[in-house]
Amino acid sequence: MRYSGLRVIKEALTGHKGWRPAWRDPEPKKSYDVVIIGGGGHGLATAYYLSKVHKITNVAVIEKGYIGGGNVGRNTTIIRSNYLLDGNEPFYELSLKLWEGLEQDFNYNAMVSQRGILNLVHTDAQRDAARRRGNAMILNGSDAELLDANGVRAMYPFLNFDNARFPIKGGLLHRRGGTVRHDAVAWGYARGADMRGVDIIQNCEVTGFKIENGKCLGVETTKGFIGAKKVASCVAGSSSRVMEKAGMRLPIESHVLQAFVSEGLKPVLDGVITFGAGHFYCSQSDKGGLVFGGDLDMYNSYAQRGNLPVVEDVMEGGMALIPAIGRVRMLRSWGGIMDMSMDGSPFIDKTHIDGLYFNGGWCYGGFKATPASGWCYAHLLATDKPHEVATAYRLDRFRTGHMIDEKGVGPNPNLH
Amino acid sequence: MIRIKCPICGLRNETEFTYGEDANVNRPSMDEQGVQPWVDFVFNRDNPRGWHKEYWHHVQGCRQWVVLERNTLTHEIGNCELARDAKLPPSQASEAAE
Repeated sequence: MRYSGLRVIKEALTGHKGWRPAWRDPEPKKSYDVVIIGGGGHGLATAYYLSKVHKITNVAVIEKGYIGGGNVGRNTTIIRSNYLLDGNEPFYELSLKLWEGLEQDFNYNAMVSQRGILNLVHTDAQRDAARRRGNAMILNGSDAELLDANGVRAMYPFLNFDNARFPIKGGLLHRRGGTVRHDAVAWGYARGADMRGVDIIQNCEVTGFKIENGKCLGVETTKGFIGAKKVASCVAGSSSRVMEKAGMRLPIESHVLQAFVSEGLKPVLDGVITFGAGHFYCSQSDKGGLVFGGDLDMYNSYAQRGNLPVVEDVMEGGMALIPAIGRVRMLRSWGGIMDMSMDGSPFIDKTHIDGLYFNGGWCYGGFKATPASGWCYAHLLATDKPHEVATAYRLDRFRTGHMIDEKGVGPNPNLH
Repeated sequence: MIRIKCPICGLRNETEFTYGEDANVNRPSMDEQGVQPWVDFVFNRDNPRGWHKEYWHHVQGCRQWVVLERNTLTHEIGNCELARDAKLPPSQASEAAE
């Protein structure tokens, strides 16, 4: 069933009786070519590109809860391609290009809105760093513009420009960045994968792997054993728990990151702004709520909720940047579990076990990576070779000394 | 707000502390020549879902490092002792070296 304007009109005139579920709810088969563990954005995108690009359709996505109930439904919906390092930027640029064509590609309204991201700078050193990063972005085919204070003032006159401690001296503007309707990404990929024959199996938890002679033969689940030629883990915050069942110990810690939405306001903020002097970033959703976030809670956590000191810290960051929001009331806050890797960069790699693959370590940057993560993971699963923009995302990079540490803070997962 | 019972100062708010790191990893002996034990020590973690021993620094208080038991799923707080007194489990890192 294709969605179109004509279809909406037809359904409106016939009492909306023609709509059907967007995906099936099948029981698992005995075995598949590929079993993907985790029905989040990345897992569903992987299944979609496996079936669409590589024509591998005997695929199951196994999800312990409901699809899109994890971080793809818990993030602040920002997409961007503004990384510095060679191991990262080509990957995120591919991701942004996929975002740009996504809705036409999977025939689903994901509300991709390239409203621009502005990273503010407050010191001369930050301006130098922004210029360097902007040049790296341009060299990798992305876009960047360095604005001075007047340039920023023309866009957002209500910011706190003349703060004595953190005056705004300019910003790095990435016009192609923006926001996306996050739930629709999961639904669109799920529908596209399901249409091509992928089984999406919800409420089915993986309890173990069947590994014989160094080869993974399938997964034990709460719905019984499911055989697979290839098993692909893709479970974000639960990565350590799942891979532990295969005897692996990962360079990952799980941390909680909180996000917040205010009451609905009239349009005030038409892009995404990040504060350079504290950890605070903000956009306005199409419903009018300010969507924003800040730091991790800093300690390891699997609780999908955070603590009040960080709430206060994020609000202080917001007040320092946009004093006008002082009387805005907060509507909701929530937490998601981030698989924080030791250098702040992800993994898309084979494991030492034949037929077992790992995708994870996305820290709090997983959402923007969703299309490219699925694209590159599908490429790896189909060809057994890493995609050319994901060659750096290896599990053994700490052993070989090829860390991809954007922030340069070393093996401290809570600081990335 | 997590409340941590510092052995020196008593019950204090988490905002007085800075999180250090996982206290279950031990440094290999300094004459260790293998690469993997050091990789395990610096980079690889158990990352448990449940009780976890970890270093915190009472930086706004007595400035002592403590080892705190905390549940990563419920945020429940367990035993807290000075790091210098803590008996830590044998190093995962040295086991993995074999």
